Amino acid sequence: MSGDGCSLLGCGVEDEDRPHDMSEYAGAAARWCPGCGDHAVLTSVQRLLAEERLAPESTVFVSGIGCSSRFPHYLRTYGFHGLHGRALPVATGVKLERPDFDVFVVMGDGDCCSIGAGHWLHATRYNMDLTVLLLDNAIYGLTKDQTSPTTPQGFATKTQPKGSWLPPLNPLTTALGVTNASFVAQTAEWVPAHLYETLKAAYHHDGFSFVRILQRCPVWTPTIFQKAVKDSTSVEVLVHDEGVPAADLGRAFPNRIVHDPRDLHAARRLAEDTSRIRLGLLYRDPSAPRYEETRALPKHTAEERMRVLEAELDRYAV
Amino acid sequence: MDTAKAPVGDVPAPAATSRRAPRVLRVREHTVEIVSDSGEGAQKCGQIFGAVSAKMGNGVWTVEIIPAEIQPPARTPPGGSGNRVRIGVGPVTNGGDEANLVVAFNEQVLLGRHRLHAIADDAVILLDDVWSRHDDAEVRRQWEAGLLELGSKAYRIVPVPLEEESQKLVENPRKGKNMFALGVLCWIYGRDLDRAREQIAHQFRGKKDATAQNVALLDAGHAWADAHLDLRVDVPATPTDAAMVVTNGNEAIGMGAMAAGMSLCAMYPITPATSVSHYLGEAFDRAGGLLHQAEDEIAAAGVAIGASYAGRTAFTITSGPGLALKTEFLGLAVMTETPLVLVDVQRGGPSTGLPTKVEQSDLLAAMFGQPGDAPKVVLAPATIEECFHVMVTARRIAESFRVPVLVLSDANLATGVQPWPRPTPDAAWQAEPPELTAVAEGTKPYDWDGRLGLSRRVAPGTPGGMHTVTGLSHDERSKVAYDAETHARGCTMRSRKLAVLQQTLVPPTVVGPASGDLLVVGWGSTKGAIEEAADRARAEGLSVATLHLRFLSPLEPGLTEVFRRYRRVMTVEINYSDAPDDPFVTEENRRRGQLSMLLRSATLVDVDCWTLVRGEPLRPGQVLAAMRRRAQTGGGA
Ligand SMILES: Cc1ncc(C[n+]2csc(CCOP(=O)(O)OP(=O)(O)O)c2C)c(N)n1
Ligand code: SF4
Ligand SMILES: [Mg+2]
Repeated sequence: MSGDGCSLLGCGVEDEDRPHDMSEYAGAAARWCPGCGDHAVLTSVQRLLAEERLAPESTVFVSGIGCSSRFPHYLRTYGFHGLHGRALPVATGVKLERPDFDVFVVMGDGDCCSIGAGHWLHATRYNMDLTVLLLDNAIYGLTKDQTSPTTPQGFATKTQPKGSWLPPLNPLTTALGVTNASFVAQTAEWVPAHLYETLKAAYHHDGFSFVRILQRCPVWTPTIFQKAVKDSTSVEVLVHDEGVPAADLGRAFPNRIVHDPRDLHAARRLAEDTSRIRLGLLYRDPSAPRYEETRALPKHTAEERMRVLEAELDRYAV
Repeated sequence: MDTAKAPVGDVPAPAATSRRAPRVLRVREHTVEIVSDSGEGAQKCGQIFGAVSAKMGNGVWTVEIIPAEIQPPARTPPGGSGNRVRIGVGPVTNGGDEANLVVAFNEQVLLGRHRLHAIADDAVILLDDVWSRHDDAEVRRQWEAGLLELGSKAYRIVPVPLEEESQKLVENPRKGKNMFALGVLCWIYGRDLDRAREQIAHQFRGKKDATAQNVALLDAGHAWADAHLDLRVDVPATPTDAAMVVTNGNEAIGMGAMAAGMSLCAMYPITPATSVSHYLGEAFDRAGGLLHQAEDEIAAAGVAIGASYAGRTAFTITSGPGLALKTEFLGLAVMTETPLVLVDVQRGGPSTGLPTKVEQSDLLAAMFGQPGDAPKVVLAPATIEECFHVMVTARRIAESFRVPVLVLSDANLATGVQPWPRPTPDAAWQAEPPELTAVAEGTKPYDWDGRLGLSRRVAPGTPGGMHTVTGLSHDERSKVAYDAETHARGCTMRSRKLAVLQQTLVPPTVVGPASGDLLVVGWGSTKGAIEEAADRARAEGLSVATLHLRFLSPLEPGLTEVFRRYRRVMTVEINYSDAPDDPFVTEENRRRGQLSMLLRSATLVDVDCWTLVRGEPLRPGQVLAAMRRRAQTGGGA
């Protein structure tokens, strides 16, 4: 989404009345558990909205059902808190109807990778200009501790008390495997500087920007990201001029690997290797065709539509 | 219209060039069937014949004859493909009872129609007899056996060398017989050959060679008939000055959507709804509309809801299995009060059921398919013309009442082709919702009028109106709230809208006596057959009236009062009901037709039902028989 000036008016003029203070994007008080990683994502998003000075009336957050999907309620923009797994079709409809809107999608791992997995693949392929956040806590949070597709193998939950039976689904290789994928990144809510820069890059990408955000759930999966949080040397940061800026991370993340996000094969290799957590932009292709462009139709006036209709009736006239 | 079939006079044909002057049968209506193996083009022949007849000023109704499989084996009774075309002096409202004339490309597909009792006892049958001379002894044996079976009726079978004559003009007669047959039919029915040529050129537009070849076949068929046949049928046309269009119901829905100013249709292919999208795939682009083929029906509903939420009302089209998948999203549209139009072109069910065939079995699913209380509007067009206008009504209601509107069409309307008065669309139907002028911060997105349940929609794009809609129970500000008061109030407000809508409807009209022995109530595509049957019943002296509902939810007003004026009330529907005398069936456990269940609960009148689930449009003769039984004996219909 290119945020140059005023998207609602479709012009490049800065609107001085636009809010630019984070607090002006705050909706209802967030009701997630204390220590929930979703809080940090909300803060980062509010900062992005403020820095990009998005018009609240032409910004829409679409979500599914889950702890994470409460997200839109906590923002002062338009929001659509819909059905479990079905955020992407709704967002597709919003964007088709109003290509000028800034549309964000917030989903949980159950939402996106399980019940909504079909939509996820196809939305990736449509490559509409949506900023898509997967809040991956590797568990079903809202429904209290059931195994999700991203739950680590062996991790015990209420539905699989002997530990998850299957190796987890890898959202990154999945996304990178879909034809026409145009932006795939991974970040973590406990690294706010990286989170913010990733969201910003995702927002500025013209196309389906898929960001997997590793998210702590202190209630159900407190141990999963413990090691990565405590020991930043266990995390590897992808760096490149074309990637997500990582300078702010300073010396806290000494492990860096140069990765050119234009290289799809390298991206897939890195994503495949789950021996360590990697943060950064895996892949970006700004030239991938976007559905709302290939399907863009002239906005006809009522008179023009009437003319076409009469011509249609002529075709069937006797 | 029993009397209608009687000849009104046998008159000699004017200066005939044929061997001998053919007899001309002049009738008020006639039903023709053309049947072939799949892929031999009988459907195209029937379509062109119907279109030419309509253009000449005849009333026309066509019904597709569809084989059970896409590529059924050749020369098999269930594999027949083709068209029934009923033409009349005046308007024709249904496919009628039995065919009076049949063109069959082989005896096996003819047997298929014979076994379905689709052919009148005294019908004339033009049958290609090439099979009687076939090299393969087995084919010759089948021919003999087939003709023996057909001998049980007094059909007049006329051999026609479709294949041999077509072979003189085309290499592969399988691809030419249909146009030769069209030429034969044009001769018999005195169809204007120039119009037939025009229609062929239209069908094969862009393919010059094909057009020339097919016109040659048409002419050859016509010349052959002129030289060899002795029967012509004259169904006088009444050319009118009134502008007419000829479409099927699905095309009418597509045009109606454009007339209604809708510009986004999200769908997933499913028979028999798909042809709406085939139509829109071509036409919608030109009108600035967008046809989105989604990854499944759930997504199609989601895309339509997302688009409706963000602006102009969008629609989604489907059939039974797709309606099932859209269930959860429909509940969300009810809960978030998002306008939406959903067209369900019904087919036989349950499950995958009868994909290509008609049924009216989705009524209760449409009304009550959602878990929780999910009041919504259900409309059913009764004619092809109404398929057009219902879309305008549906959008208007969806927006003014902030409610999903379900439109129940069916396979009979979808594939039936009929001339109907050309509509005069109103530019006001193209209105641009929603209102996006700024509102005061804190404006309630569900500012319900406590009496009406109505509220102004605050759509995204409206400055100051920011809020999050949710499928969770919510208050007027769209804040999630699980308390008793809030939930009960939300349910009341969403339900109240239907009562308010019902108060704005006009009571339905009764056709026939204002009181009497029997009132027959129908909905959807059966109107033509029911009203024709009632006409015939009244001609027999029975006291039968009919009433046809367009609004199923809310029901049209005043029904109880109307029902009380008749000794008996009975619905006629194409869905399942137990017969009263079926084993184990009692008055209490009897499962009734879907509309009759609704009417009984709404009016407390003992509404009986007569239903069939044969995958066929109702024949007026069948309905008449049910009316006779019910009106006279009052016994089990
Ligand atoms: C159709 C449907 N099935 C199941 C549910 C119950 N449900 C609500 S949220 C959820 C899973 C939430 O997990 P996730 O998507 O990972 O989100 P989180 O709560 O972890 O943020 C489930 C199964 C539902 N609301 N709707
Ligand atoms: S249960 Fe977990 S994911 Fe849900 S709000 Fe609490 S901490 Fe966050
Ligand atoms: Mg989760």
